[in-house]
Amino acid sequence: MSTTILEAKHIYKQFYDPVKIDVLKDINFQVQSGEFVSVIGKSGCGKSTLLYILSTMDTDYQGELYIDGKKMTGLKEKELAAVRNEKIGFVFQFHYLLNEFSVMENIILPARKLARKPIEEVKERSLFLLKTLDITKLADKNPRQLSGGEKQRVAIARAMINEPRILMGDEPTGNLDKKNSEIVFHTFQQLAQEFQQSLLIVTHDPEFAERTNRIIEMEDGRIIRQ
Amino acid sequence: MSSKLIIQIAYSLLMARWKQTLVAAIGVTFSITMFITLLSFMTGLNKLLDGLILNRTAHVRLYNEVRPDSIQPVEIAPEFKSNYHMIRSVKSGNSRQEIYNSEAIMDRIVQDERVLGIAPKITSQVFFNEGSLDITGVVYGIDVEAETRLFFFTDYMVKGTASDLKNVANSIVLGKGLADKLLADVGEMVQVTTAQGEQFRLKVVGHFQSGLQELDKTQSFASITTVQKLLGKSANYVTDIQIKLTDVSLAPKLAREFGTIFSIDAEDIQTANSQFETGTTIRTIISYAVGITLLVVAGFGIYNILNMMIYEKMDSIAILKATGFSGTDVNRIFILIALGIGFFGGITGLLMGYLLSSLIDQIPFNTAALPTVTTYPINYNPIYYLIGGAFSLFTTWFAGYFPARKASKIDPVVIIRGK
Ligand SMILES: Nc1ncnc2c1ncn2[C@@H]1O[C@H](COP(=O)(O)OP(=O)(O)OP(=O)(O)O)[C@@H](O)[C@H]1O
Ligand SMILES: [Mg+2]
Repeated sequence: MSTTILEAKHIYKQFYDPVKIDVLKDINFQVQSGEFVSVIGKSGCGKSTLLYILSTMDTDYQGELYIDGKKMTGLKEKELAAVRNEKIGFVFQFHYLLNEFSVMENIILPARKLARKPIEEVKERSLFLLKTLDITKLADKNPRQLSGGEKQRVAIARAMINEPRILMGDEPTGNLDKKNSEIVFHTFQQLAQEFQQSLLIVTHDPEFAERTNRIIEMEDGRIIRQ
Repeated sequence: MSSKLIIQIAYSLLMARWKQTLVAAIGVTFSITMFITLLSFMTGLNKLLDGLILNRTAHVRLYNEVRPDSIQPVEIAPEFKSNYHMIRSVKSGNSRQEIYNSEAIMDRIVQDERVLGIAPKITSQVFFNEGSLDITGVVYGIDVEAETRLFFFTDYMVKGTASDLKNVANSIVLGKGLADKLLADVGEMVQVTTAQGEQFRLKVVGHFQSGLQELDKTQSFASITTVQKLLGKSANYVTDIQIKLTDVSLAPKLAREFGTIFSIDAEDIQTANSQFETGTTIRTIISYAVGITLLVVAGFGIYNILNMMIYEKMDSIAILKATGFSGTDVNRIFILIALGIGFFGGITGLLMGYLLSSLIDQIPFNTAALPTVTTYPINYNPIYYLIGGAFSLFTTWFAGYFPARKASKIDPVVIIRGK
């Protein structure tokens, strides 16, 4: 039985720069648990903007957002931070690893923030993720020593550490070459199939999109196909 | 959310920029060191200078001023009640320097719990006769034990023993300057002529140096009984009662109180020596001002470091927020960094301040005016360490406040979009 993990209801957003631009217009869609969804569209059509709203980092919009059945719209900064920590994993185009910490420490940082499980259990999970992503040998390295593809996989492990309800990505393969993109895509697919992980990934790569369960296509701030 | 994690993140960020952090901490260390040293030295000096006079001065002094009666007999005569009185050439007639009923007064005062102790005293003008030369001087009749306990009499004895005043009959302790003039060494005799014309021979049992040369040229000390004998007075003749209090700040109040109760003249130390208070206050203010200025400068250093760190760590802050750290958490991290710099810089500063002031304490400082002092004076008052420590934490917290707030307000969307 599938449940709704994420639901967007009539989401609108404007930028005033300096004239009013409607970036998002009446966005409505749902993501079910276990779904692997990709979002495509021309550059500038509002994909990133939408993703920032869905990830609760951007609160300046109209409409309603539900995650895991709970309304996000109107929650306080602190509450939203807690939701992001617990329920949302995010992978960006850029990896954003902290160079002050080792790979392992980077991965477990969100779990330590959550502080729900003992540290040993968290470390075990991070080792499991590293193994799944085929980067076990990198655990004690510094992020500076990693290749682009490796960094991105570490970022995925970090996003997965708290077993989020949904994993979001904004062009996570955008900076990678063909081979590394393939590895990352494969990782996502594996997460979806083996762990029934819900995924919502923005991509420019039509091949990538074709291989997901469902494609949401945007144009000019609207969803034209889903 | 565990503060251990916050501490660890703060620590890692600090260590990533440890050189600049060190410079900032050294700034704090330097200012706290100077603050402690300056205050310890300045207040040590203050205490020394104040002690010169204030140690030797009663907090409240009871005495009888020689002055004309404020009420003349004609004013109380009933037959002239309705007349207008015109009196010329009023003289300070019958009034005496002696304190009436001195024993009863002393018994009563000793019982007051605000009083630390009392020392009776007689002041007597005399001439010291040296050949054909007459040198004017003062003999103070003192209770050596009380005087030593309350006013550190023995500390100022440069030769001889103070207790001999009591044990040797007809003995005297001469001021250093006076002894030099009279060429009277310990064990020799000096001749004294009282105001009444009586002549006495007294044995010198010691030399005294107060540190104020003018006084030492004229003053001398004898036991109360000796001076009573000089003046031909009875055994309860006393001209001054010196009172030392447990709390010196009560002096003005108690002076008024005793003055009224015993209908006597009472002078408090603050009125008698107001110029010393002023000097002390100004020296203390200067020390604080310098210390605080240094700390503020150090504060700017910390402010700069944090701003730079936040600028460099924008990405890290953005990802912390994206992965669920709240603005408050981020704020705490940076406040903690600031406080960490303040704490370690401050602790080192306190230690260095202590070392530097103990070093100054070792430097020889000999002056003829201060026989008891051999090195520069240092006041090791823990309160300065407390103030220094608290102030270093406060300054660094304040320096970190605005950068930390800026960091907590960073919008991750803006940073991530900027990439
Ligand atoms: N802060 C802003 N102020 C004003 N306009 C903005 C701002 N951020 C984005 N926009 C505009 O909003 C529109 C949507 O931007 P968005 O980044 O969501 O596009 P996108 O679909 O992710 O494009 P790409 O595929 O190139 O990443 C663009 O036209 C962009 O210029
Ligand atoms: Mg985009």
